[in-house]
Amino acid sequence: MTVVSDTPQPFAFLNGQAVIEKPEDLYIPPDALEIILETFEGPLDLLLYLIKRHKLDILELPILSITQQYVAYVELMTEFRLELAGEYLVMAALLAQIKSRMLLPVHEELEEEEDPRAELVRRLQEYEQFKVAAENLDELPRVERDIFVAHALFDDSDASISERPDIDVKELLLALTEVMARARTFDHHQVSAESLSTRERMSDILQYLSDHDGPCAFTNLFRIDEGRSGVVVTFIAILELIKEQLIDCLQVSPSSQIYLSLQLQE
Amino acid sequence: MRRVSDEQLVELIEAAIFVSDKPLSKKRLKETVLKDIAASNMRIDEAINSISEHYQVRGIQLVAVGSGYRFQACKRLTPWLSHLWQEKAPKYSRATLETLALIAYRQPITRGEIEQVRGVSVSSNIMKSLQEREWIKVVGYKEVPGKPALYATTNQFLDYFSLSGLSMLPDLPEQHDVKIDQILSDPSVRESSE
Repeated sequence: MTVVSDTPQPFAFLNGQAVIEKPEDLYIPPDALEIILETFEGPLDLLLYLIKRHKLDILELPILSITQQYVAYVELMTEFRLELAGEYLVMAALLAQIKSRMLLPVHEELEEEEDPRAELVRRLQEYEQFKVAAENLDELPRVERDIFVAHALFDDSDASISERPDIDVKELLLALTEVMARARTFDHHQVSAESLSTRERMSDILQYLSDHDGPCAFTNLFRIDEGRSGVVVTFIAILELIKEQLIDCLQVSPSSQIYLSLQLQE
Repeated sequence: MRRVSDEQLVELIEAAIFVSDKPLSKKRLKETVLKDIAASNMRIDEAINSISEHYQVRGIQLVAVGSGYRFQACKRLTPWLSHLWQEKAPKYSRATLETLALIAYRQPITRGEIEQVRGVSVSSNIMKSLQEREWIKVVGYKEVPGKPALYATTNQFLDYFSLSGLSMLPDLPEQHDVKIDQILSDPSVRESSE
């Protein structure tokens, strides 16, 4: 290949045709080469690249120049100490073999003799076929990238439980421990010896409940500032009121908030 | 066997496809939700057609993929919908895609045959990850020395690429078989030495 001059002279001659425009992809900076070499998917891919670089058809496989370039690339690969797969060397040997066979004179009488390039051309064509097929596959719309699958939730919890569960004493005690635990965090070390009357507390609760229309949360009946003894007195008062059937105690579902309300007068 | 109206059948099939984790085939529909319901294949087909028509004008459509029916968002909405996910969809290497393409178009195929076309050895990682994704499976062993495994694609592969069958794959690029011999036997094409 000749060096390009300023005059618009043919840059090179390819298959007897003058090439005026400088082909793209002619100069590869050495740094990029390493990356390019690593991106080849094997010797067939490299050969295809070399053929495409010359804007040639696979069928025109110019064994001589392609072999020279191929060997140059393989040498570069060794130079860059890239892990050179044996397949690349096998291909170099095959190219050299084809090249040497083509240098031999053609015997016109031996018509059955196949062109030494035929087998390689077939393999290149087959590889190119699947290279394109892989690119087509990559472009197919696919789940995650282009397709979003629609789903509906199936709620299998039976939401139609309407009956009121009985409240176990254990539930009440559990609620009490919670309140006790809370009260403890507000505990004062000096509690005045104020006597708390259970009866008085019972009236207070009844008053509180009648002031508030509708059920009141169990925990709201406790006054934290009274400390542990206050909590105990309130709890006993509530139990007493339930026993005397003056108030109703209800809970919507296990371990949910417990509500107290006045017993409805019949 | 319970009798249901056409409307009830449509409702049931529509809901079943929507709540199913995987695409739902007609066979599976009959084995599960329609187990105790008197519904002929024809009635099921009609119901599916009517659901499909119903969604013609919506953002969701009913599609048939490898392992059955599923609902998916219309493709024209993809550019907007993709903003819902921050993570980019995985990209697959050329080696993976070429291997997958060979298995898809040439199945059942051995690993050796894949290597022959690609001209390089196929890494075990690629075969392993394709099998883990359940896109390929071993369907048998070739009766040749070494009894190599024969690989084929799965319904999950079809589901992933939204194909109802292998015939829906794009056609393989054409090979000019005739031309090879013609051109190669033509002495004028012979390369002149440089």
